[in-house]
Amino acid sequence: MYHYTDFDDAFLKERNAQFRAQVERRIDGALTEDEFKPLRLMNGLYLQLHAYMLRVAIPYGTLNSRQMHKLAEIADKWDKGYGHFTTRQNIQYNWPQLRDVPDMLDALAEVDMHAIQTSGNTIRNVTADHFAGAAGDEIADPRPVAELIRQWSTDHPEFQFLPRKFKVAVTGSPNDRAVTKAHDIGLRMVKRDGEAGYEVIVGGGLGRTPMIGKVLRDFLPQAELLPYLEAIVSVYNLLGRRDNKYKARIKITVHENGIEDIRVRVEERFALIRESFGGVDQQMLARIEADFATPAFKTASEAPYHNAYQHDPLFRSWADTNVAAHRADGYGIVSISLKAHGATPGDASSAQMRLMADLAKRYGHDELRISHEQNVILPHVHRGDLPSVYAALKAAGLGTANIGLISDIIACPGMDYCALATARSIPIAQEIALRFDELKLEHDVGPLKIKISGCINACGHHHVGHIGILGLDRAGVENYQITLGGDGTEDATIGERAGPGFSAEQIVPAIERIVLAYLDLRTEPAETFLQTYRRLGLAPFKAALYPEAQANAA
Amino acid sequence: MPKPFTPKVLTANALLEGDVIYRTAAAGWTRDLSQAEILTDEADAELQLIEASAEVATVVGAYLADVKVADGKAQPAHFREAFRAKGPSNYAHGKQEQF
Repeated sequence: MYHYTDFDDAFLKERNAQFRAQVERRIDGALTEDEFKPLRLMNGLYLQLHAYMLRVAIPYGTLNSRQMHKLAEIADKWDKGYGHFTTRQNIQYNWPQLRDVPDMLDALAEVDMHAIQTSGNTIRNVTADHFAGAAGDEIADPRPVAELIRQWSTDHPEFQFLPRKFKVAVTGSPNDRAVTKAHDIGLRMVKRDGEAGYEVIVGGGLGRTPMIGKVLRDFLPQAELLPYLEAIVSVYNLLGRRDNKYKARIKITVHENGIEDIRVRVEERFALIRESFGGVDQQMLARIEADFATPAFKTASEAPYHNAYQHDPLFRSWADTNVAAHRADGYGIVSISLKAHGATPGDASSAQMRLMADLAKRYGHDELRISHEQNVILPHVHRGDLPSVYAALKAAGLGTANIGLISDIIACPGMDYCALATARSIPIAQEIALRFDELKLEHDVGPLKIKISGCINACGHHHVGHIGILGLDRAGVENYQITLGGDGTEDATIGERAGPGFSAEQIVPAIERIVLAYLDLRTEPAETFLQTYRRLGLAPFKAALYPEAQANAA
Repeated sequence: MPKPFTPKVLTANALLEGDVIYRTAAAGWTRDLSQAEILTDEADAELQLIEASAEVATVVGAYLADVKVADGKAQPAHFREAFRAKGPSNYAHGKQEQF
C-alpha cells in the first residue's frame, strides 16, 4: 500500500503545527468560535450533541495493521476506548477534548493518516470498493487511482471553497460495491477494445433530493482521468449554486442545466487544461502502482478449511455468509461483521481493533479494509487459515455470520450523537437485529439490506436500502418513514416511500410485517427480497404494512 | 398576538470538553439540567443569551431551550434536549455516568 513520501510528511507536519496553534489561539480567546469553526472543520473536527467529534479519513478504506493499532491506541488514550466506522470509510471518535486533538492528529501522522478534508465544502475522502485488489470480478485494482485522486484533491488550491462538499468513489469491478451512482463523481473501470479506461458518472447523491448519477463520458482513456476530473470540478465550482445550500450539490447543477450542457462545458474546459498536466500525473500514478503490488499469495493445504466446514456448523454458516470469492486460488475475502445482534453498527472497541490488526498481520498479508457498510474486511486470507481466523474473531465477539443479511444494518449515528439528526437511528438498528435474531429467520430471509438515516441528509443511505428507514421529528415525536426497493449497486435505484411513518414503538413490528409478507410472496427461497419487490411492486408490501387501511377499504 | 413566552434554560457546549452545559442562577455553568436557572422573562432571557455568548473562551453555541417545570426544576420539553441532558442511548458514556 501507499507510503508517505518526505513531501507528504512535511506537508502534514506543517498542517498539524498550524492547527495546534489555531487551537491554542481558540482556547486563550484570541479566536472566536465563528473564526475557529472553519479552521477546525478543515481538520475534521466537529462539535456534536454531547462532545467534539474527530472524523479521520481512511483513504479508499485501506489500512495496514500498524495503522489499525494506532487507531486503537488513540481510542484508548484520548477517547472512550472505541471508534465508529462510517459509510464513507472514515473512523469517527465521539469524545475527544479540544486540547487533545492536536496530539491525536500528530499520532495519526505517525502512521500516514490525517483528518484533512473530512469536512467542509471540499473534495472529501475518496472511497473505493472494499474488495479492491482481491475481488474475483475485478478488471483492475482501483486503489492506485484513488490514491492519485487523494493526492490531487488534498489541499487543491482551486477546490477549497466549492459550493458544497464533493464526494468521489471508484470501483474496478462491474459489480458495484462502492455505490458509485450515488456520488458526485463515480468512476467505473471499463475496458474497450483491450484499452483500460473509465466510465465517468456525475450528479449522483442521496440527501433531501436523491438522484442517480448520469454518465458524462462512457469511456475516458486512463491517462486522461486527472485533467478530466479537474475540468468537472472546475465547471461545478463556477456553475454550482451558492445562493441556496440545498441546491448547491452538483446533482442539482446537473439537473438544472442538463447533462448535455454540463458535458459541453466540461469538454471545453478539458481541452483547455489537458496539456498543462504534461504527463506528470501518469508518472506519479506509475510510482503509486508499484506500492500496490499484488501480495505474494501462498500455496498451502485447504484441509483445515474442509475439515472445519464439514464438522463445525457455526463455522460453516460463517464461511458461507462472511467469506467471498477471491481472485487467487485457495484464498477467500473475509468480511468481519461489526453488527453483532444488539450492538451499535460500525463500532469497534480498541481490543477488537487490535485483534483485527493482529489477524491481518498474521493471516492476511497485513491488509485491512473498511467497507461503506460499516464492516471490516481481511481481503487476503488463505482458506486453510479460515478456521483459526474464525475462532479468534468469535472469541472477541466478532464472529457474527450476518454479512448481507437483515441484521447487517447501516445506521448513521443519529440523534444519539449527531447535531443535525432529527431522530435516533442506533436503537432502531439494535432492536431490528435483536428481533430477527430472536425469530431465527435471517438466514431463511437471505440477502436483505436495511439502511437507516436519522435525518434527511441520508448518511445512512436509506434511499438505496432494500428497506430504507428515515427518522424524522413529527411534532416533537420521533417518527420513522419506510422506503422500499432501493438498491445501491450497478442497478442503482432510489426506494419508493411506502406511506405514513411509524413511531419508535411501531417501526420494528412494521419491518417484521414487510419481511413476513416477503416470505409469503416469494416464488422460491432463491428469489431475494429485491427480486420479489421488483416483480410485484409496492402494493402487496403496502397492504402488509397498513392492514387497517386495507380493512377500511374493503 | 405574539406567542406567550414559555419557560426556557440557557444552554451551550463547554469549549474544552464539548459537554452540554446550562446557565445557573449564580451566572455560572452546570452540567446538570435540574440545577439550571429557569428563565420566565423574555427580556431577561435574551440579555443572558447575549452575555453568555460573549464568554468566547468558555462556551460554544449558546441558545435558549424550551423546558417543562416540575417541582421548580427544569425538565426537557423536546426529545433532543432530553438526549443532550442525558447522553447517548447506546452506551452509558455521556452524563449517565454522572447523573
